[in-house]
Amino acid sequence: MDLEKIDQYRWRIPMSGKMKVPGIIYGSEKMLSEVRKDNSIQQVANVAVLPGIVKYSLAMPDVHLGYGFPIGGVAAFDWNEGVISPGGVGYDINCGCRLITTSLELSDIKGRMKGLVDALFNTIPTGVGSSGNIRLNRSQERKVCVEGAKWAVKNGYGIPEDIEHTEEGGALPGANPDRVSDRAFERGKDQLGTLGSGNHFLEVGLVEKVFEPKTASAFGLHEGQVTVLIHSGSRGFGYQICDDSLHRLTQHVRTLDIELPDRQLSCAYLNSPQGRDYFSAMACAANYAWANRQILMHLTRETFQRYLQMSPKELNMRLVYDVAHNIAKKEEHIVDGEKRTLCVHRKGATRAFPAGHPDVPIAYRDVGQPVLIPGDMGRSSYVMVGTEKAMEDTFGSCCHGAGRLLSRHAAVKKARGRAIYREMEDKGIFVRAHGRSTLAEEMPEAYKDISDVVDVAHNAGIAKKVVKLRPLGVIKG
Amino acid sequence: MKKYKIIDHTSDLGFEFYGDHLKELFVVAGEGLFSAIIDCEEVLCVEHFEIELEGADLEDLMVNWLRELLYLHQVKRMLLKRFEILEIDEAKLKGRVSGEKYEERRHNIMREVKAVTYHDLKVKETNGGWMTKVIFDV
Repeated sequence: MDLEKIDQYRWRIPMSGKMKVPGIIYGSEKMLSEVRKDNSIQQVANVAVLPGIVKYSLAMPDVHLGYGFPIGGVAAFDWNEGVISPGGVGYDINCGCRLITTSLELSDIKGRMKGLVDALFNTIPTGVGSSGNIRLNRSQERKVCVEGAKWAVKNGYGIPEDIEHTEEGGALPGANPDRVSDRAFERGKDQLGTLGSGNHFLEVGLVEKVFEPKTASAFGLHEGQVTVLIHSGSRGFGYQICDDSLHRLTQHVRTLDIELPDRQLSCAYLNSPQGRDYFSAMACAANYAWANRQILMHLTRETFQRYLQMSPKELNMRLVYDVAHNIAKKEEHIVDGEKRTLCVHRKGATRAFPAGHPDVPIAYRDVGQPVLIPGDMGRSSYVMVGTEKAMEDTFGSCCHGAGRLLSRHAAVKKARGRAIYREMEDKGIFVRAHGRSTLAEEMPEAYKDISDVVDVAHNAGIAKKVVKLRPLGVIKG
Repeated sequence: MKKYKIIDHTSDLGFEFYGDHLKELFVVAGEGLFSAIIDCEEVLCVEHFEIELEGADLEDLMVNWLRELLYLHQVKRMLLKRFEILEIDEAKLKGRVSGEKYEERRHNIMREVKAVTYHDLKVKETNGGWMTKVIFDV
């Protein structure tokens, strides 16, 4: 597919065939040559075919092949005339990240990192289909669906300030548990407060570099500080909701006048019962995910207190922010000078709202929304801040991570005969993981260099670098 | 003839499965799914499940079959080893599967398979047999 260069960091897919809008891909010349190797450019073009799409089908600099929509895809649809698609959200609904500060410096945990990582690994349920210590009955599960992180705080897993620092206050409006299947409830009943497997992780890190001191200070971050980054989602609950919805909408879309280039793009009009049902069920999973990350943070705080024998006050583990990177949301945006209500799909993309936006927590209103970009387990992660340019160019969105470079299969092959955990330890990073293949599949070389991805976002102006984090210890599923 | 092969997909795990006839294709797909989860030598056949399913077409039927097996794994915590297709046509199947419940001290899970996708899905007749291509989300 031919791409037109717009500027140093943007490439246009011109309209052709049934495309209703053009596509725009963010990336450097070098990254684009990688992107061309898989089918993700075609996927960006496929999304542009869907009814009601506004302005363009976007791909962030970490774009790679997904199902239906590419990962790193952003697409906005008119709330009245457009569609909503489970493929534009992904299986792990409201997969996302949260960043926590501590009062600790590297010297405070010298010689104790291995023990701390072990303590976290032993406390936080991780790995295949892991079940937590919380068992929910159906009526509790329904409450989690509606109240999200607020349910967790109300039940003792956190403090009210945590809610203020969570996107949407940790509860997306419009959730309706009547739209959730029995199977989803079954899968969700013992998975709250569990990390999961695959690329999910909990990472103890260090603020290695500060780019924007004023913004970093507003976020409560400074050089040399120990932090915790949690990456997890809605677990089997969200997967089942996506699976149920894809199945249902694959049948439904055949009754509409929409010709799909890919089954996994199945969708429904937002103003149809099918579209509303998916939105209501998706919101339940999004809220489950916020409750999950809230509880994971609570378990982390408890582990730090116990292992380091310090009080909550001494540790000062504050939530900087929690962002979703697999979600569809009702938002208002200015399109060609006119305010419009849109359904913004972000699949492997992070919201990046600017200073002054009413959805940014009051504590950050003067600087903008924190944007959390995790890297692979051996290199770094970044905290960025949302910008006005993102509002104008990407419906207030930015990248979400490094993006895979090698398939899992290829990564395992490459890791054969190597002890990845020891290689990591040699770099001063303590790693614990459950699955036999996890470490090989998730090794740093399997991912693009996060710094390249973040530089494109920074230079294109859709978010600005605030701090860089370096991993010290990681637990994985 | 080798009954399945792994295909590369950047974020996930893809398979091509082959069978001499449709029944065998579905059996091989079931075995292939669980081969990604566990070494089947570790699994005993002590529990049995009857499965009856429908699908809009063969591709839909294949996805529904694998979704059902994955459901038994994810919710009932079953590790499945033996798969039988008793009846099958374009739109429905009847099958029987056997295995045992996961026990942490005896079973080494290799990885979590989270979903069966429709991505690039194919079921087609080949020279004297059948093949299907399925991508699992892991």
